[in-house]
Amino acid sequence: MKSKTLYRKLVESHTVAVLDAQNVLLFCDLHLMNEYTSPQAFAGLHELERKVAMPGQNIATVSHIIPTNPDAHRVIKDPSSALQASNLKRNCERHGIPLFDTNDELQGIEHIIAPEHGMIRPGMVVICGDSHTTTYGALGALGFGIGTSEVEHVLATQTLVYRLAQDMHIRIDGKLPVGTTSKDLILMIISRIGAQGARGFVVEFSGSAIDDLSIEARFTLCNMAVEAGARGALIAPDEKAIEYVFARASDITEEQREDALKYWATLRSDVDAEFDMEYIFDAQEVVPYVTWGTSPDQAIPVTGRVPIADGPQSVSIQKAMDYTGLEEGIPLEGIAVQHVFIGSCTNGRIEDLREVATVVKDRQVQSGVRAMVVPGSGAVRDQAESEGIAQILIDAGFEWRKPGCSMCLAMNDDVLEPGIRCASSTNRNFEGRQGRGAITHLMSPAMAAAAAVTGHITDVRNLGDNNV
Amino acid sequence: MSDSQLIIGKAAPLDIANLDTDQIMPKQFLRGIDKKGLDKGVLWDLRFDGEGQIRPEFVLNKSEYADTKILIAGPNFGCGSSREHAVWGLQQFGIKAVIASSFGEIFYSNAMNNGLLAVILPQKDVDEIMHQSCDNSIPLNIEINLSTLDIHVSNMTLSFNISDRHQRMLLEGLDMIGASLKFEEDITAFAHRHWDQQPWVRDVAARTKLNLILPGEKTN
Repeated sequence: MKSKTLYRKLVESHTVAVLDAQNVLLFCDLHLMNEYTSPQAFAGLHELERKVAMPGQNIATVSHIIPTNPDAHRVIKDPSSALQASNLKRNCERHGIPLFDTNDELQGIEHIIAPEHGMIRPGMVVICGDSHTTTYGALGALGFGIGTSEVEHVLATQTLVYRLAQDMHIRIDGKLPVGTTSKDLILMIISRIGAQGARGFVVEFSGSAIDDLSIEARFTLCNMAVEAGARGALIAPDEKAIEYVFARASDITEEQREDALKYWATLRSDVDAEFDMEYIFDAQEVVPYVTWGTSPDQAIPVTGRVPIADGPQSVSIQKAMDYTGLEEGIPLEGIAVQHVFIGSCTNGRIEDLREVATVVKDRQVQSGVRAMVVPGSGAVRDQAESEGIAQILIDAGFEWRKPGCSMCLAMNDDVLEPGIRCASSTNRNFEGRQGRGAITHLMSPAMAAAAAVTGHITDVRNLGDNNV
Repeated sequence: MSDSQLIIGKAAPLDIANLDTDQIMPKQFLRGIDKKGLDKGVLWDLRFDGEGQIRPEFVLNKSEYADTKILIAGPNFGCGSSREHAVWGLQQFGIKAVIASSFGEIFYSNAMNNGLLAVILPQKDVDEIMHQSCDNSIPLNIEINLSTLDIHVSNMTLSFNISDRHQRMLLEGLDMIGASLKFEEDITAFAHRHWDQQPWVRDVAARTKLNLILPGEKTN
């Protein structure tokens, strides 16, 4: 039998029908929805009086538009946004789809709540009307983002017309140095292969550096693969992944566990499987990475300098510098920030908050800096409070807020003013992403924490004992 | 030749690499529950300044570019967020086709699913068209034939490729869900085989949600 990549195995195990040389009808095990990319899909369904094919394979959460101010009972003040939330509830009730509603204690960002409650299992196909669905590759599940037309298609059929991707393999040898995280690793990779370096590919990550990563760190890695254009990211499920899933998926019976283990053991690329493209990186080269521009691939080591606008990229570099207000050749370290944001589906998990707490313990947020932490979910917030992390953050001067997507894309009322420079643990530094005219520097949560306590972009490795 | 086979019209140059969907359709226009009114938000920050005043120098604000039907764009057009609002907005703005050397993957699917033609050409050809377009004092006129998959611009004829499936959808307006629903029995049969092998994925969302213990209930 021909050798196969993990990606091919996942596609084949979900192929209902081969439609043509490029497309298959792909069965989707889990479909996640939010309030802003699903309404038109439900409307389309209702217009033609179509039903939701398999409601129990779908789940929804209010995530993007929800306010994060720490009120006991959250009220969405913007009328249009409130309508999106009530509309989602109505649609879910009508079709029997489970929902994490606005004031559900476990509400959160889709890519945080789905795995934290054990919904993501190796070998699944998971889709969502959100590009960061690539996150689930960390557990050996094929996840990818879709548009609203496809949301409607999944609702009606529990399948997608799926255009096959190519296979890319990225191997990371060695060990991540102290003071660096998987966020630094993925920023380094994106900076080297480019914002469309993985376009058209599903990327499988492997290597000793990946083996060493915690599951949450792997989520961060796979989450941001889409910023290199990837159509999916995968890591073959290992013992860590299986332990993570079993610890959360309480519904899997003892008997099923044995079958699951047998099946999940097959979820790896065959030894001689061929990839269309391969990269090898050395984890030893990873240092804290920070973006200077307006595309996630415009990232450099924190010790580096803003590039000179010449060569084939000169126009893009100049355009980015014009927006971010930086001059060519200046060092990144020392650039003052007025805002720090910790959160998002990339870095809003408990381990991220622990890293932030490690850095800011017994320190203070610099005066003139507004620093906020938005946990990824109610469960993350709860855990951080019971571990005492929340108190450390509050004592340091951080705002301790309620869960949501918040300032990652600023669709709710957490929006930056023009000219404000933000050290952000999020995933996109696009123009206007966090607010019109606001400037985003992507970095790890620990690096954002270092910026909060120093008031400027700082190499967290130089902050003494508080290393992650 | 029927109208649906031809896209003929003014083309505007938009020479920006990695023009993401946040810029094509900013967040403040994503709060609807329908698709209406999105033409207003298209490329908002490029069209208007911080005070909401029109930027006269931006190509789509120039009077000669009114009724632009085609965009000549930089590589990786539509990267980033999955928001289909970007496609709906471009269409409501009057755009029928975008020409670039590459597109964000989700944007590309969204475009084709809505009948917005995304034409992929080699970068050197895009550069040539972009060059002509920027040099011309009047807007370039481009003709795209969906049947023959040819582009006529100035004295050039260029060929492009799209999948047979997408070509059919553009020409015939295929109802993709209707087509997939013809597989309904196959899907049901597949699902039951799948769940026999992996019972732990059946109703995974509903069962998980039901089993969740709320933090407040732990102490009860």
